Amino acid sequence: MAAAATMMPFFGQRISSKNDLVPDWVSQEVSTGTTIMAVEYDGGVVIGADSRTTTGAYIANRVTDKLTPIHDRIFCCRSGSAADTQAIADVVTYQLGFHSIELDEPPLVETAANLFRASCYRYREELTAGILVAGWDRRKGGQVYCVPIGGMLVRQPVSVGGSGSTYIYGFMDSNYKPGLSKDQCLELTATALSLAMERDGSSGGVVRLATISEEGVERRVILGNQLPKLHREKQGFNRSCWNTTASIC
Amino acid sequence: MLGETGPEWLSEEVKTGTTIIAIEFNGGVVLGSDSRVSAGASVVNRVMNKLSPLHDKIYCALSGSAADAQTIAEMVNYQLDVHSIEIGEDPQVRSAATLVRNISYKYKEELSAHLIVAGWDRRDGGQVFATLNGLLTRQPFAVGGSGSSYVYGFVDAEYRRGMSKEECQQFVVNTLSLAMNRDGSSGGVAYIVTIDEHSTEEKVVLGNNLPTFFDQ
Repeated sequence: MAAAATMMPFFGQRISSKNDLVPDWVSQEVSTGTTIMAVEYDGGVVIGADSRTTTGAYIANRVTDKLTPIHDRIFCCRSGSAADTQAIADVVTYQLGFHSIELDEPPLVETAANLFRASCYRYREELTAGILVAGWDRRKGGQVYCVPIGGMLVRQPVSVGGSGSTYIYGFMDSNYKPGLSKDQCLELTATALSLAMERDGSSGGVVRLATISEEGVERRVILGNQLPKLHREKQGFNRSCWNTTASIC
Repeated sequence: MLGETGPEWLSEEVKTGTTIIAIEFNGGVVLGSDSRVSAGASVVNRVMNKLSPLHDKIYCALSGSAADAQTIAEMVNYQLDVHSIEIGEDPQVRSAATLVRNISYKYKEELSAHLIVAGWDRRDGGQVFATLNGLLTRQPFAVGGSGSSYVYGFVDAEYRRGMSKEECQQFVVNTLSLAMNRDGSSGGVAYIVTIDEHSTEEKVVLGNNLPTFFDQ
């Protein structure tokens, strides 16, 4: 909320949030509270995000698009400060576009991830940005790179981020296994995001999904009433991925 | 100031970082916990049993400050003994949970511990009560402790009504294993207690017997 802060600098500082004349959220930074997720499959990646942007307790945008294109087959999922992540994404989009023209071929996902990491690490003290970079290129196929706050870079087959991600680590660990198909990845992502949105106050709205592969980018939206239903009666979500010693499945 | 202040963990409060869970099935309850007690970055006890008996068929699961939680459990154990002598029969799970809640609420500013109370009694069968911050609520299952954040999604997706005793035990072991893998303050072994009309069974699942996942 850098814009609001400069528009009313005295307002925010002189009148405290305890004063009823001024609501809390005018002095709060705009953050994409968020849950984001990216999964690799053989031939591409599936990415997903919720759609809530908050300033304190107020939902500034309930239909945000946190899946931002960086290049034809490279996207990033943004979490943290909305302003910081938008600014970084704009810079990287420019740098990558330029690089791609120089190279005269589509850029690598790893290159895009490194450009994000370079900015996030250099300005780590000033920024609050957690980003997932995902896409497809001809050399390595579908790839997911995680650039969390602080600016490290690591490639992972599946990654979650944002405030809501803490609630779905257990679900993700138990339900992901290597070799899932594209549709299984879509279902996993949609279910994981729904679970996180139900538990995290800063995540909510609709589920935005995208699939990136050699053929191109396919986007879809799952509205609130169409979200995967939880609390199944008899069947658990996917019991066959257990490799436990005592099995009752 | 120069000079030795000693290792950091001498001055850190001892917390049961923890993951605890209790779930009700038709005819009883299953409780589970990890076994790690930490003081800052140091693990001071890697085999602590956080499932503490309040009565023959009522147990509680401890989390938060180790001292606070243990003291509450011991006080309620004593109060329940007195109460059960007064009424001349086994106490109800709700009574035990109410005693825990009364202490948690009265001293909520000084204490930082969360106990989940679960057990079996003749009137209502298996019951699970959460007493976080001084509230009292009965739930089909409850999770608590620092590790519980990581498994909310998992328990939301996997829990179904009408699970059998064995399914509940598997559910508890799976949940603990997932939480222990992600939470630095949870780890060690898994303790499972199953309470039903006929018996109270305590079990330990050692590290190498816990379920493993795709990245292990």
